Amino acid sequence: MTAGGAAERIAVTSDQDVVRVRQLVRTVAVAVKLSLVDQTKLVTAASELARNTLVYGGGGTVEVTRVENGRRAGIQIVFADQGPGIPDLDLALTDGYTTGGGLGLGLSGARRLVDEFAIDTAVGKGTTISVTKWCR
Amino acid sequence: MALSSDEGGRFADLLMEHEDSIVSSWTAEVAALLRGRLSHAELQRQTAELQKGFQTALAGGAQELTDDSAAELRAQLAELSSTRARQGFTATETAVSVFALKEAVLKVLDAGDGTDADTLRAYVGLSAFVDRAGLFTFDSYARAREELIADQAEQLLELSTPVVKLWEGVVAVPLVGTLDSARAQVVMERLLQTLVDTGSPYAIIDITGVPAVDTQVAQHILKTVVAARLMGADCIISGIRPQIAQTIVALGIEFGDIATKASLADALRHVLRKTGDKVTQKPSRREG
Ligand SMILES: Nc1ncnc2c1ncn2[C@@H]1O[C@H](COP(=O)(O)OP(=O)(O)OP(=O)(O)O)[C@@H](O)[C@H]1O
Ligand SMILES: [Mg+2]
Repeated sequence: MTAGGAAERIAVTSDQDVVRVRQLVRTVAVAVKLSLVDQTKLVTAASELARNTLVYGGGGTVEVTRVENGRRAGIQIVFADQGPGIPDLDLALTDGYTTGGGLGLGLSGARRLVDEFAIDTAVGKGTTISVTKWCR
Repeated sequence: MALSSDEGGRFADLLMEHEDSIVSSWTAEVAALLRGRLSHAELQRQTAELQKGFQTALAGGAQELTDDSAAELRAQLAELSSTRARQGFTATETAVSVFALKEAVLKVLDAGDGTDADTLRAYVGLSAFVDRAGLFTFDSYARAREELIADQAEQLLELSTPVVKLWEGVVAVPLVGTLDSARAQVVMERLLQTLVDTGSPYAIIDITGVPAVDTQVAQHILKTVVAARLMGADCIISGIRPQIAQTIVALGIEFGDIATKASLADALRHVLRKTGDKVTQKPSRREG
């Protein structure tokens, strides 16, 4: 996998920034010609993860990059925060588990909405989540 | 350099004595600055009022703009800033229309019997006073502008969430754009209020205009539906486009027993069928 374009970075510190993340992901998704369904899935996943970065991570950054793996184009998005980290990842990835009065579907749902999903988290250090969606 | 009360008094007299010529040259000055964007009559009225304000403050012994005797003047300046902000003038344009008083006074002094050192010193004091007044409008302009923006944002919020009565007993709220928490709150309140006002047993929430339904949007909708139910009304969600439907399913959101329809028309048809309204039926074909 190689980077096919410059990364765009958004600092996420407010609800307004989450909206900006959605808009940026939508623009890039259109540019790499994701299908309408895949655009919507990726934008929704980004919305979930960016809001978690804001709400639980205490804010952080989102980086959107166009990528290429020889045959296909895609988008990689990395969400990073220096918040409390996730102590029990399996639990956090369980449908319906929430510590914030949500539906508890953001993290687990986002994983189902993308092609590749990787979490790196450490208690007291923060959380980095990387997702990728490829063109079909 | 502050104005002594003696000097202030002197200018108060001067403003009174030369009222007409000061107001007219001040007005002309401001009119040139604003390039005809305010009518001459309106400007004339504003400068005449300000002239009175300065005169009263100076006659009352005001040495600083913060003095009690300048309270009325400060109120006038704040008022000026807020009208100018609403009319779309810049903060600079507002401040310089106050600064223009200095030019007008200078003209009167020039026309007088020569300017001695005392007059000059007094003029410098007055000039500082007018500068404060101009800067004061800057501050209140910024405040007025912020209030204006907040007002407009609120109005937009209201405008973008209309609740309409679609049919006897059926209200609908078409959601357009990003449904953040502030808007979701407004939507919920307006919908519930309309249900009360119209006594409607049915509400249709149309999400055709919402680009993405994530867990936050879904949770807002679910809460609204529950609240409507508590008031005895049934909600139908319409406008679920294919890509949204697939995303909702993958995300794992369940709308439970809430009726969902592809379009607003489908939703209305659904309600009318439930209520047994005959309107949905096609007119019977005439026998040939
Ligand atoms: N970046 C993060 N830092 C720390 N904890 C996190 C982070 N992201 C998620 N979590 C934890 O994982 C839980 C599950 O997240 P998930 O997004 O699935 O649900 P939620 O945000 O609570 O509700 P919603 O369905 O509205 O997203 C959260 O309640 C939180 O405790
Ligand atoms: Mg979440």
